[in-house]
Amino acid sequence: MKKLLSGNEAIARGAWEYGVAVASAYPGTPSTEILEEFARYPNVYAEWATNEKVALDVAIGAAYAGRRAMSTMKHVGLNVAADAFFYASMTGIEGGLVIVSADDPAMHSSQNEQDNRNFGKFARVPVVEPVDSQEAKDLVGAALDISEQFDTPVLLRITTRIAHSSTPVELGERREGPPPLPTYPRKFEKYVMLPVNARKRHPVIEERIRKLTEFAETFPFNRIEWGDRDLGIVTCGVAYQYAKEIFPTASVLKLGMTYPIPPRMVREFVGGVKRAIVLEELDPFVENEIKLLGLWVEGKSIFSGIGEMDPRLVREQAIAAGLLPESARKTYVVPDVGSLPGRPPVLCPGCPHRGFYVITRKLKLPINGDIGCYTLGALPPLNSTDTCGCMGASIGVAHGADKAGSPERNIAVLGDSTFFHTGMPALLNVAYNKGKTITVVLDNRVTAMTGHQDNPGTGRTLQGQETKEIEFEPLLRALGMDHVHTVNAFDLREVERALREAVKRDEASALVVRGECALLPEARKKYVPLRVDEERCNGCGLCFRVGCPAIVKRPDGKASIDPLLCTGCEVCAQVCGRKAILFRAQVLEQSEG
Amino acid sequence: MKSMDFIVVGVGGQGTLLASDVIAQVGLGAGLEAKKSEVHGMAQRGGSVISHVRWGEKVYSPLIGKGEADFLLAFEKLEALRHVDWLKPGGVALVNDQAIPPVAVSSGGAEYPSDERFLAAFRAVTDRLYLIPSLAVAQEVGSARVNNVVMLGALSALLDVDEAVWRAAIEERVPPKYVELNLRAFERGRGLVK
Repeated sequence: MKKLLSGNEAIARGAWEYGVAVASAYPGTPSTEILEEFARYPNVYAEWATNEKVALDVAIGAAYAGRRAMSTMKHVGLNVAADAFFYASMTGIEGGLVIVSADDPAMHSSQNEQDNRNFGKFARVPVVEPVDSQEAKDLVGAALDISEQFDTPVLLRITTRIAHSSTPVELGERREGPPPLPTYPRKFEKYVMLPVNARKRHPVIEERIRKLTEFAETFPFNRIEWGDRDLGIVTCGVAYQYAKEIFPTASVLKLGMTYPIPPRMVREFVGGVKRAIVLEELDPFVENEIKLLGLWVEGKSIFSGIGEMDPRLVREQAIAAGLLPESARKTYVVPDVGSLPGRPPVLCPGCPHRGFYVITRKLKLPINGDIGCYTLGALPPLNSTDTCGCMGASIGVAHGADKAGSPERNIAVLGDSTFFHTGMPALLNVAYNKGKTITVVLDNRVTAMTGHQDNPGTGRTLQGQETKEIEFEPLLRALGMDHVHTVNAFDLREVERALREAVKRDEASALVVRGECALLPEARKKYVPLRVDEERCNGCGLCFRVGCPAIVKRPDGKASIDPLLCTGCEVCAQVCGRKAILFRAQVLEQSEG
Repeated sequence: MKSMDFIVVGVGGQGTLLASDVIAQVGLGAGLEAKKSEVHGMAQRGGSVISHVRWGEKVYSPLIGKGEADFLLAFEKLEALRHVDWLKPGGVALVNDQAIPPVAVSSGGAEYPSDERFLAAFRAVTDRLYLIPSLAVAQEVGSARVNNVVMLGALSALLDVDEAVWRAAIEERVPPKYVELNLRAFERGRGLVK
């Protein structure tokens, strides 16, 4: 029986079927669902780690102990985990280790579109890439086998389009992986990467890649599909699907392993067609590997290396390059719709971050932001974030601006989970180096942006167990903050007073702005939609500037509140100068009366 | 029916993803291969959402090219208009007759496109536009949240797939305690289009 599974669900299924015992990850779109799904299977251990580097270390430790292990992350997560990735390549493992990198061409929810196949080559780690969910599942098993056979971690690289496309998958049963080794391996030369040992390991991993190159020649996920010999397409990942769709008669070399590539198979293929092209998303990775064999292929000169491919784009670029006749063009109608108002993601109605940004906008404070829902505070009408680069960057960047003598008091703003991820070492750095940065933790009690994952602050683990709930205030003090204050995120006056005090003080301080995410089940129970007193509202527009989807401008210019959207957070009511928006207590009083 | 391509659009939170799950499941149930593709992450944050569903004897690309969709199923009018160019000339558009103004509009900074603009754009592509009062029907049935399934009912009336396959797909995809409500919504939607 075939079941429709997303690539992420299929990887989770594969990990379970092929005996993965331990998996660790930090949530990140488009990878998050892999661990969420995996955690639901029986007889497995799955955890949310505090960041990707920790997650990969955990998986490596489990693999050292002899179990099959997995770590999953979004592409930029592998930057965080790169140190671990490289030493794991050097040491090898005992039980199979697969690392899933979910790349994000088109940057649907990322700050860049780096191609992580480069990491594979960089660290001498083999890279496998599925073309659909079935292969995503199967390649988990193949990767674990390769890992054990060649004593190497394996990078399973997917993209958003594989992660979030659902295609039919044949389900199998669980095959238990190896049990833990009776004793932890004590192999000084293999697992202790002192220079003296590392120097001996380097030739070992170079030799491993040579053996893998040979292995790739018969790896069943690499295959030639001979067709018309005028055109030959080398392809991998989701681009394989576009190749089959747009060039149904062409010859195709499908690579399930993109590093290392199989030289003889590639030579046979390129030599067997009149014109050889490479169809791959993002970097000319396979293209360059083929060119290093001394073979001529075309790739990025035809198909863009920026953004995501789709069938129309591939067809049009192929026509432009003369690969398809002009008659292949599919015309379509693009009606003139004029300019349409955009619908970017916005802070939800009742979001605990909104009030904070209303105040920072008012105080005109320079904000160094971070990665999470609260990055949306950068967008109109709040316009209240000035920098945002990567996870945990806010504090270090603010500190750098401070040390550079920037005349304004720089603020660092980050969420609860991001603080645990990479904020903590940066805050310690501020304290140690006598910085003056004001650090604000927007604590909404959950890892929200990726879809409500637990973290060390929530008191619950990925597999639903209760655990200790790490408190911010003692943690911030322990990291060297002498001034730690906590305010209610929904009380604008309190937020403003605390920020003004922090700015006045000539020392570093930390502020916890606490308010639970409005989408949490507990928060939902407390919704009380507010109302506008039509008599009092004069249409001044102040409430529109809080940027809440629940506040609607009526044709007469006055405000009204959509009762289906409003949660009753009262941010707008506090902003209204004419007290025209009724507070929860007033609404409740009226409805009782 | 050899192959069929659907673009499903709406606003995050409207049930776009569930609807496309059901359509893909129906394709499988009808004995075809089916693929579905969408982007998660921002969907819950009230953003514009698009999902691709394809049925066929053999389906390769999970994505549909612009101007190549047989059906555009839209849960909101502005999103329908934004994605009108995905529809192939003469394709079928089923649009929930509901406006959800984005913040730029509700805060008075931009205008919601007029019905004239909406109709003119669709007329340029197709004469097969169905405006469905699905929100009102959903509320009659018992909950605004089954709006998406009313739309599925309407879609089902235009496709040559056994109604039982649709019902089975809905039963599989919605939580057990809401199955009955959703099937009623489906039934009403199915009656809206002839």
